[in-house]
Amino acid sequence: MFKILKRKDLADTIKLFEIEAPLVAKKAKPGQFVILRIKEGGERIPLTIADYDGEKGSVTVIFQEVGKTTKDLGKLNEGDFISDFIGPLGTPVEFPHHKRVLAIGGGVGVAPLYPKVKMLHNQGAEVISIIGAKTADMLILEEEMKAVSDQLFICTDDGTKGHHGFVTDVLKDILSKDTEFDEVIAIGPPIMMKIVANITRPYKIPTMVSLNPIMIDGTGMCGGCRVTVGGETKFACVDGPAFDGHLVDFDELMRRQTMYKSEEQKSLALAEERGEHKCRLD
Amino acid sequence: MPVRLKKTEMPRQAPEIRRKNFKEVALGYSVEDAVKEAQRCLQCKNPQCVKGCPVGVKIPEFIKLIAEKDFYGAARKIKETNSLPAICGRVCPQEEQCEKYCILAKKGEPVAIGRLERFAADWEREKGIEKPEKPQKLGKKVAVIGSGPAGLTAAGDLAKLGYDVTVFEAFHEAGGVLVYGIPEFRLPKAIVKQEVEYIKSLGVDLKTNHVIGKVLTIDELFEMGYEAVFIGSGAGLPKFMGIPGENLNGVYSANEFLTRTNLMKAYNFPETDTPIKVGRKVAVVGGGNVAMDSARCAIRLGAEEVYIVYRRSEEEMPARLEEVENAKEEGIIFKLLTNPVKILGNDEGWVKGIECIKMELGEPDESGRRRPVPIKGSEYVIDVDTVIIAIGTSPNPLIPRTTPGLNTQKWGGIVADEETGKTSKEGVYAGGDIVTGAATVILAMGAGKKAAAAIHEYLQKK
Repeated sequence: MFKILKRKDLADTIKLFEIEAPLVAKKAKPGQFVILRIKEGGERIPLTIADYDGEKGSVTVIFQEVGKTTKDLGKLNEGDFISDFIGPLGTPVEFPHHKRVLAIGGGVGVAPLYPKVKMLHNQGAEVISIIGAKTADMLILEEEMKAVSDQLFICTDDGTKGHHGFVTDVLKDILSKDTEFDEVIAIGPPIMMKIVANITRPYKIPTMVSLNPIMIDGTGMCGGCRVTVGGETKFACVDGPAFDGHLVDFDELMRRQTMYKSEEQKSLALAEERGEHKCRLD
Repeated sequence: MPVRLKKTEMPRQAPEIRRKNFKEVALGYSVEDAVKEAQRCLQCKNPQCVKGCPVGVKIPEFIKLIAEKDFYGAARKIKETNSLPAICGRVCPQEEQCEKYCILAKKGEPVAIGRLERFAADWEREKGIEKPEKPQKLGKKVAVIGSGPAGLTAAGDLAKLGYDVTVFEAFHEAGGVLVYGIPEFRLPKAIVKQEVEYIKSLGVDLKTNHVIGKVLTIDELFEMGYEAVFIGSGAGLPKFMGIPGENLNGVYSANEFLTRTNLMKAYNFPETDTPIKVGRKVAVVGGGNVAMDSARCAIRLGAEEVYIVYRRSEEEMPARLEEVENAKEEGIIFKLLTNPVKILGNDEGWVKGIECIKMELGEPDESGRRRPVPIKGSEYVIDVDTVIIAIGTSPNPLIPRTTPGLNTQKWGGIVADEETGKTSKEGVYAGGDIVTGAATVILAMGAGKKAAAAIHEYLQKK
């Protein structure tokens, strides 16, 4: 059993949990993820590691309530326990020689972006960051990102904060004046990562994305997370989750993510019928 | 009275009923059946059956005890050499092992050794397993990686010898392939759970949610005071065919399909949270036990038509005859001498069919089986909306990649001595599918057993 040490509501549907997991915390590196299961009968879901503290023995995850499992998770409080917490999984990312990086985070994707930016910042690299959300209330980790970025741009789809529009607008704007980046890191909804990769491709700036396909075990066993990268099938859980954005088949990724759409609705409907969840549209 | 030439039948759920539920198919012997079958054993002075058993179960002795109605005694006799009898009685390929060598098989059917083993184990379980005596502790720690058949056997044997054994399991539940792979209707999970409890009652510490190679490396285990390590991590990575369309929605590896169904209990969805998409028509590619398990799960999950697509003929099928028969009775349609060449998708990227080519058998290949050769121009399409690829697995590289000094084969398996499980790294032993490639539960158990004995010898000298 794994204890929730801290809960922080970053937005109405976005929660931060700091979870006691000393062994995972000791080994975790930027770019890695965990798989958790709340209780018996529950689903195993992957969540990217947003932060970790080896000394304290804790791992921070940030999630958005979308399906039944994340909604169940969102109902837990400090002091509660979750049954299973497995990690650190996936291949860590390293940028040993990077001097200048452009980091882009969309929605809850800012969470996995943060540890990478923090690592780059601590290594002395210059980082320009762009973070965005649908609306100001859903923008996360603004202060944290500011602390580790040399420049921080903010965007909201509805214009309630910062630039009125998408992170990709700001990206285009920056690249039109300045293309001296060792890497562009983009983490967010697949469509955002796809557009970022399309924008950076003509400039030939290496572009790293982090993928979040459906998976079960996270150790290479089920193959559910397979993605096509440069024409080859890769398992995101062991070969990734970070890949070269210029080589990823994003359309296939987006299609595969919809595989259980109707089942997810069924599961939520049953939970609502039983009064476990309140529909937010009511 | 002359010996009866036929095995005593074991009752089974009728096909038309069982194809709609996940309950166990074979129902087990009654006391009368068991005694009657046990009396068929000739009690050979020089029993051949034992030679066919990878873990050396004292077969004539336990059968004699059943004939004498000492069922506790029979169970204990089996457990002297086999810690997991209820499992072996169900999933061992006895026809190729103990029963193959039974003297009765020369004239008729062999003694139903597997059914009797199952009976004794079930009888003991239902009546309550006696708490084993805790052995004298040796004060030495051994780590076992993986809680499948190899790991559980090694752990049980080492604990009985007095070692402090810790088993590290990557999943949230112990049992390995016994819980994620083999379906409930062939091996009820309650039985696996009870066998795991038995191993724990021997003093074994079980740590789930530990992915060795990630959260801890083997070198770190040694630093933590473990004096020997047994690797039984299994052959975990699914193979795909490399044909177009394998990433369409509706294509599963057998590993994923079975894990969702068995470990995550997707057959109870939405009561449980993990979904599965079975579709109306399903093609399972492959001819092994895993293919049969996948097909039989698919029919139970509500598929209307389920095909086995296999490139050779029935004779070459690696699946147990019993499983092929069960599948046929349940209405699985066999498309033999048929090889998929392409999976076809609709406009939304979902599977709509599988294009296959007919095959004929040519000259024998290196496996001794006749090589299937495609018949030109014989391509045709089977309409399906789900495809399950069950053509085998390869070893998971997580441990070899993070363990300096551990040698592997070209195909990824760990190099280990066949008799002892000893690897190229001192104090590290390995066995089961990670060494042999995908094989059977009992062979993995045999390897776990040999390695436990070798580890004991190593640590005594150390």
